[in-house]
Amino acid sequence: MARKLLLEKAHVEGIRHFDVYRREGGYAAVEKALKMDPAAIVEEVKKSGLRGRGGAGFATGLKWSFLAKPEGVPRYLVCNADESEPGTFKDRYLMEFIPHLLIEGLIVSSFALGSNRTYIYIRGEYAWIVGILEQAIAEAKQNGFLGKNILGTGFDLEIYVQRGAGAYICGEETALIESLEGKRGNPRIKPPFPAIKGLWDCPTVVNNVETLAAVVPIMNLGGEEYAKIGVGRSTGTKLISACGNINKPGVYEIDMTISVEEFIYSDEYCGGIANGKKLKACIPGGSSVPILPANLLLKTAKGETRYMNYESLSDGGFATGSMMGSGGFIVLDEDQCIVRHTLTLARFYRHESCGQCSPCREGTGWMEKILHKIESGKGAMSDIDLLWDIQRKIEGNTICPLGDAAAWPVAAAIRHFRDEFEWHVNNPSLCLTQNYGLAHYADELSVVA
Amino acid sequence: MVKFSEDKIKEVEAIIARYPQGKQKSALIPLLHLAQEEFGGWLSAETMDYVASLLSIESIEVYEVATFYSMFNLNPVGKHVLEVCQTGPCMLKGSDDIIGYIKSKLGIGVGETTADGMFTLKTVECLGACGYAPMMQMGMHYKEHLTPAKVDEIIANCYNHK
Ligand SMILES: Cc1cc2nc3c(=O)[nH]c(=O)nc-3n(C[C@H](O)[C@H](O)[C@H](O)COP(=O)(O)O)c2cc1C
Ligand code: SF4
Ligand code: FES
Repeated sequence: MARKLLLEKAHVEGIRHFDVYRREGGYAAVEKALKMDPAAIVEEVKKSGLRGRGGAGFATGLKWSFLAKPEGVPRYLVCNADESEPGTFKDRYLMEFIPHLLIEGLIVSSFALGSNRTYIYIRGEYAWIVGILEQAIAEAKQNGFLGKNILGTGFDLEIYVQRGAGAYICGEETALIESLEGKRGNPRIKPPFPAIKGLWDCPTVVNNVETLAAVVPIMNLGGEEYAKIGVGRSTGTKLISACGNINKPGVYEIDMTISVEEFIYSDEYCGGIANGKKLKACIPGGSSVPILPANLLLKTAKGETRYMNYESLSDGGFATGSMMGSGGFIVLDEDQCIVRHTLTLARFYRHESCGQCSPCREGTGWMEKILHKIESGKGAMSDIDLLWDIQRKIEGNTICPLGDAAAWPVAAAIRHFRDEFEWHVNNPSLCLTQNYGLAHYADELSVVA
Repeated sequence: MVKFSEDKIKEVEAIIARYPQGKQKSALIPLLHLAQEEFGGWLSAETMDYVASLLSIESIEVYEVATFYSMFNLNPVGKHVLEVCQTGPCMLKGSDDIIGYIKSKLGIGVGETTADGMFTLKTVECLGACGYAPMMQMGMHYKEHLTPAKVDEIIANCYNHK
């Protein structure tokens, strides 16, 4: 069994409540941290090697060290619980089952950054989780871990939960800030970065739920010990939300040393492909990252085993690799049609584009229309090239990375499954009656126990 | 006339108090949620103007926000809104069939409301429940691992608790 740092206690009876969480050793990280110098906490986080769990994988300690500290200006910490990347449902799991872990992480992180007012921005649809978090906040306050003069240290902190209202783009940190200010979720042009000018023009750090929860084991173990778990620059543990055609969809906390093959086939994790089917393809890090056919998923282009960590998943770049992203692991079996799946993602990005930049606003619409045309058997060969051309014109030409996120899935689908697009053009009458399955098998697998 | 009860006004004040002095506009989205719940499940122009007055902001500031976010309904909806996710991971697990089943069972298309005003059917994009697909949102809650039988049960329950 892999070591669990976040979810180990998630299923202890009553862990949602302060008393049980405390009895299980909870809030020790706050007691430890509040005796430290805030700068020393930032140092521990740097030493831990923790990388942002929201998708970009940026070093958390380094990000914290960029926070401006002008005299007399408040600073803010904002927890990103918008979780809207298709395939991703790990933050929900953490907040639902062990909410005090997030609150504890927020108290330590707020103290380290000097935030006296911290907001959790949660996607509007997670309405029932708002109550769970507010209950945890109230309990922590009753017990002296929130409010004025926490544990007699003179540190004041309030945590508030803010509900969004249905907009994927509000997961992008500057759109999130706009939304928190009561505006449309239009991303801001950077610079200035939030660390200098964020919420209400004050220095702000935005971090993912899982990132902030991971600060608790970092405090408890010390940054150096935390960094020993995992491998290379993929330190600590990672939550993976697995879905699609597998036997055991769900949220798993992994040590980043396991192979992709073990993750898919072992009974401890996904338990293999459902209904005795074969693995066809997988999007390993949320809908925005490139899809890989089975052979490139399990082994890199050089024929080496691929592992569930930042470096190995991106080995080969976009030509033959993918990304860890948000940890949303989407598995497709042999019966699934890549064109249709890509169409649903293109529709998603068209729906979620905020519309500020023309390449993204227009390009996402075009991609959806052309994919729809191909999928329904009305496409021409030239449409495949047109699709390729459009995605290239979006990538890198927009204010925020949603444009790239919309372009990459389309590019990867064409790169690895062009024959499938061509089949749709060549077999118009079959398109609507039959999925294009049965391609791109991996070699026979040595299934792990 | 659109107006919150005294209890709700207290709630409004508590929400505004979450932000620093002068930043009450941040309460806009929480207040729109509250207003939508209180005033029939959708936001009329009158409701939006009322919210603007509570926050001392212009009505246009409310309209531009209400139109941006997909959870706000700008037209009347049925008593129960069935919002079925149709994005990739749900599609892999048969969301198209579930949408088709609900359409034929209720005799309505996507975006339509049943004649008795009980149900509105909507399709939505990923709701963060991909591992429990196919799924839909109903009010504050998720209905997951949907099958036709489960849909029958959910709809029957709505009629039983009318
Ligand atoms: C379109 C888009 C959507 C995003 N959605 C999320 C999200 O739902 N949750 C999240 O934590 N980060 C999301 N991000 C990343 C955030 O912008 C930001 O990098 C992240 O919250 C930083 O936290 P971290 O360093 O702890 O990962 C998104 C980025 C983009 C461009
Ligand atoms: S890339 Fe798309 S989502 Fe991002 S700012 Fe531009 S239009 Fe909006
Ligand atoms: S794709 Fe339906 S909940 Fe994520």
